[in-house]
Order: sequence, then structure tokens, then C-alpha cells
Amino acid sequence: MTSILTADGTPLKDSLYKAEKGRRVKAFLLVAPLLLFVLVSFVFPIFEMLFRSVDNPVLAKNLPLTIEKLQKWEGTNLPDQETFTLVAKELLIARENSKVGKIAARLNFEAGGMRSMINKTVRKVRKYKGNDYKKALIQFDKRWGKVVTWKVLKRIGQRYTGVQYLAALDLKVNADNTIGFQSEDRRIYVKIFLRTIWVSFLVTIFCLILAYPVSFLLATLPLRISNLLLIMVLLPFWTSLLVRTTSWIVLLQRNGVVNDILVALNIISEDGRIQMIYNQTGTLIAMTQILLPFMILPLYSVMKTISPSYMRAARSLGASPLKAFVRVYMPQTTPGIGAGCLLVFILSIGYYITPALVGGRSGQLISNFIAYHMKSSLNWGLAAALGTILLFAVLILYYLYNKIIGIDKMKLG
Amino acid sequence: MVFPPHLGIGGKIAHYSFILFCGFVFVFLVAPILVIIPLSFNAEPYFTFTEGMISFEPEAYSIRWYADIAKNPQWAFSAANSIIVATCSTFLATLLGTLAALGLSQSHMPYKSAVMGVLISPMIVPLIISAAGMFFFYSNIGLAQTLPGLILAHAVLGTPFVVITVTATLTGFDHSLTRASKSLGADSRKTFFKIQMPLILPGVISGALFAFITSFDEVVIVFFLAGFEQRTIPRQMWAGIREQISPTILAVATILVVVSILLLTTVELLRRRNERLRGISKS
Repeated sequence: MTSILTADGTPLKDSLYKAEKGRRVKAFLLVAPLLLFVLVSFVFPIFEMLFRSVDNPVLAKNLPLTIEKLQKWEGTNLPDQETFTLVAKELLIARENSKVGKIAARLNFEAGGMRSMINKTVRKVRKYKGNDYKKALIQFDKRWGKVVTWKVLKRIGQRYTGVQYLAALDLKVNADNTIGFQSEDRRIYVKIFLRTIWVSFLVTIFCLILAYPVSFLLATLPLRISNLLLIMVLLPFWTSLLVRTTSWIVLLQRNGVVNDILVALNIISEDGRIQMIYNQTGTLIAMTQILLPFMILPLYSVMKTISPSYMRAARSLGASPLKAFVRVYMPQTTPGIGAGCLLVFILSIGYYITPALVGGRSGQLISNFIAYHMKSSLNWGLAAALGTILLFAVLILYYLYNKIIGIDKMKLG
Repeated sequence: MVFPPHLGIGGKIAHYSFILFCGFVFVFLVAPILVIIPLSFNAEPYFTFTEGMISFEPEAYSIRWYADIAKNPQWAFSAANSIIVATCSTFLATLLGTLAALGLSQSHMPYKSAVMGVLISPMIVPLIISAAGMFFFYSNIGLAQTLPGLILAHAVLGTPFVVITVTATLTGFDHSLTRASKSLGADSRKTFFKIQMPLILPGVISGALFAFITSFDEVVIVFFLAGFEQRTIPRQMWAGIREQISPTILAVATILVVVSILLLTTVELLRRRNERLRGISKS
């Protein structure tokens, strides 16, 4: 038994020397299969994916000698003849391995138009018979004669890069290697991060406002009635997310139930139907309803334990009902408020499905942009950088949750 | 409602507005789910109540959208996939999760809080990040676009629920019961299966149901890991909502609501049985 664990090499090694080692080993062995499963198929893949945000292999692997040579180049004048020869030769090798497309695409992410430059150069170098590659390349495309082009090449050639993080924060490296803002029309991600935080904040606040009175009611009613009402809270919890999102589309669209009722009640006119879906309003309404149970349940479980005699004591000592509630009851519910708010905020900051379906343009959150770069633009580096920032935020909140409330106190239904 | 005599008119108004507000919240919680049930029987392809429906004319209702589901083999195919994936991943998640919970609830467990943090993380990490990570991982080991890949991915997502519910059941577990069993001559295997297992079974089953519904409802991972051959019901619904939302979606949604009501009832009954068995019922 001991040998299994030393081979494992875990920190357990230390505890093996202590008393009760057999029981510790037994307990750990029960946990080990799941821990291994989660580490191998969940934690490790996520780290590997996030590594893509700094990983930058395309140029470093396909034009290795050129890049190595450029590291010594000081960047004031054009590189020497030898560098030109190297890049021409290595582009031809890359062509044989059909890697030119990758190189061109990578450069094009950085500076528009470089794709055509690379493709044109490769085409012409193939037919070139001479030896003066410097002259030839500049003749094929005059951008080879500019220092800026080589600076881009040198920068993109670095094996590891922080450039995706700059892009994720709407920054970029200028041609002269200084850091500056993206052009006005390309500054989107900071805005999206702020919007994600704002939407999550609003959803949390709405959930708290709606959940607090309901939890209070549930906690003060006789158990038989509150159990029945609790089922109404749990039903949305158990109903498919897609079903709930679908119902909100049905309810809120222009010709939907809510607009019909408002028209029938003469609150709005037939032409004045309100657009409540496919925008940020739709995202807010749907997310609030979907996450509400996650606020009610922790609040309810805390309020259930508060004895009514505290309130009675406060009243008998002369406090008004409001004062007794605010000064005596509410402070005792803080653990529930903390747990509910953190949980709802953590869940909403990474929300994807509902904003994608009912968010329209103004309701898209950061997860939707990560999905876009993963599935459509295939800019995995940027997706990974955005994901790392999001994950970091969530992990900080998760850590706080664990510290303040304790993850083992989490209850489901 | 009987008010205490000292309650003034202001207190009554406050009380009634409080009740009204709570009523509104309950409607907000449940109405969106219930409203699609009658709408799925709409004879017209509209998403709102027609005049015929409001005046309860029988011809305004029809089961044509349910017939549509039956006619379209794609739904049956997705349902089969969903059930296979959810069942297998639930089995895996329940097995691993229950073992882990048994270990975690022992006082000798080293690094308990850190291990628990790792085990619960699949529930906390935003799905899109999990999905992206798993996409590369399962592509590398050749399991992307296969059912086993999807099953493993869903199993990871389901385990936190099993760990949480079973650990919660075990916190109230009276360890003198196992000592009593052993002192009466039962070996540890017999003690586990005869004493411990029946008592934690409700927790295990509700954890399993949570894992099942998690997989059954999951669409983001499916989005990244599944090809056309592995389409599940949520994936099919997603396509329906995205492209052209037809009342057939409402019919499917209604079926899913009925399934979730059944699951919820089972969990509630189990929870009560569990409380009764352990003698902590307050009612």
C-alpha cells in the first residue's frame, strides 16, 4: 500500500510518516479516482488552452533562422543581405511544407495586407534565379524595403508573446514598438468586459431585490405551505435553460404575450409595441429569472435558522417594525446575502447561452466573444487571452466564496 | 389573515404590498415555464394566444406540433443521443462522485478544502472556457465528435453535484451506527452495504438526478465537441431557436418541462424520506 503512494509522488508523502496514515491513505484513495479524472480531463485541458494566449509558434517554428538572425538586428537600418537570403530560402521551405498560408495568416492578424505580401513574394522567389535577394525582394514588394516590416517580423517571431493580452485590452504594439490604443473602431473588448460586469451587477441586484422578500416569506410561513411554495422556486431550477430562454422569446417578442396583454389593456398602442427582446433588456430579464433560485435558496436557508424571538424582543423594547427589521433581522441575514450575491455574480459573469439567444447586439457578453473567436474567426490566441482574464476574475470570486462561505456549505435544493 | 390588534392601517397596507410583491415574484418565476404549455397546443403557428384559445374553442387547440415531432426523425435521433449521453455520464459521475464524497467526509482526509475546491470547479468555471479547453483536449486524443468524448466531458460537469449532495447527506451521518454494526459482528463490507449505503442512497440518487439534468440540458460543450451525428435535444432546440423558431420547439419544451417536474418530484420525495429516516424532520 505504501509503495502505491510513493509512486504517486503526491504531497501525501509527508503525512505518511504521521499517525493514522492508513486512514488518511484510505480516504485519499477514495477521492483519488475523481481527482485524477477532473485534473486530467478538466483542469489540465483548460490550462493547455489558456497557454495558447502566450504561445506563438508559427513564425518561430517555420522561419527559425530568420527569426534568430533578427534577434541580433538592432532595428535602425534595413537588415543585411544575409537576412534577406534567409527569409527567401525559408519561405520556399515553408512552401514545400505548405505552411505559407499559416505564416501569412499570422502576420495578417498583426498588420493588414501582409498576407498578400507574403503570397506574392513566395510566388516570385520561386522563379528568381539570381543571388541578390535584398534587391529582388524589395523589387517584388516594396514593403520589404521598409524597416517597419522587419520590426513586425521580429516581434511576431518571438516564441512567447503578450500581444494577445494587449489585444484583449484594446491595446496594440505600434510599429515603433511602443504600446498604444487600438484605433477607435477596434476598441471593443474593454467595453465588453465593462458591460459584462455591469450586466452581472444588475442581475445580482435585481435577484437580491426579488429574492429577499420571497425568502423572508418562505422562512416565516408554516413549513407545510413554504414547502409547497419552495417547489415553485425549484421548478425553474430544474427546467432546461433552453426551455426558459425559449419562453422568454415567446413572451417578450413584439407579437408576444406580454405585448399583446399591454395592447389589450390599452397601456400601449398597436404601433407602440415595445422591443423587449434581442437587446440588453431581454438579457437582463431572462438572466434574472434564470438565476433567481440561486439567490433565494441560500437566503432561505439562512433565514430559516433565525429565531423570531429576536424580532419580538426588539419590538417589545420599543423598536418600530421597520427599525426592528433593519437593525435586528437584516444583519443576521448577511451570510445568506453574501452567498447568494457571490454565486449569482459568478454564474452570470460567464453566461453564454441566454445572451447568445436573446441578447441581440447590445446584450452580448464576453463569453459570446470568446465563442466567436473560437468558432468563427479562429483567432484562438485572442480567445484564450479573453478566457484567461474571465477565468481569473471568476477564480478570485470563487476563492472569496470558499473563504467566506465555504464551498462545502453549498446546498442544492 | 388575522392581524394582531395593534397593527395600524399602515401596517396592513405594508403587509398586503409585501404579499403582492411576493406573488409577483412567484409569477415571474413560474409563469414563463407554464405559459408555453398551452401555447404548444395552438392550432395556428403563432406564439401568442389566439382569440379562439382565450374563449376555449376546441378547434383552436391541436396536437399538430406534437405530431410534427413524431414525424421528424431528427428529434427521435437527438433524443436517443441525449438519453445515451446523459445516462452514461450520470453513471460515471455518480460512481466517482460518491466514492470521492465518502473520502472527503472522513476527518482524516488530507488537504480537504483544496481538493474540494478542485472537485467543485467544473461547476464554477464558465462553460465557454471549459468547452474550449475540452475541445482541444478531446480533439488531441481523438475523441472529439464521438459519443464517448461527449460522455466523459459531461461526466466531469456532473460530478460536483454528486459530491455536494452526497457530502451533505454524510454530514448528518451518525457514525455510531457503523460502530454498532461492527460491534455486532458485521465486517466493513457488510456494514457499508447494509448500514451506510441505504442511509446515503437518497443523497446519491438526487446527486445522480442533478448530474442527469446537467448533461441532458447541456448545449455549449455539445456545440464544441459534437458533430452532426452526436446532436442532442438541446443542440437541436438551439438550432431551432436560432434559425426559425417554430411552435414545434414549444412542444419539445413542454415535454422537457414535464420531465423536469417528474425529476423535481422525485428529488423532493427523496429529500423528505432522507429527513424522516435520519429523524430530523421538523414537520
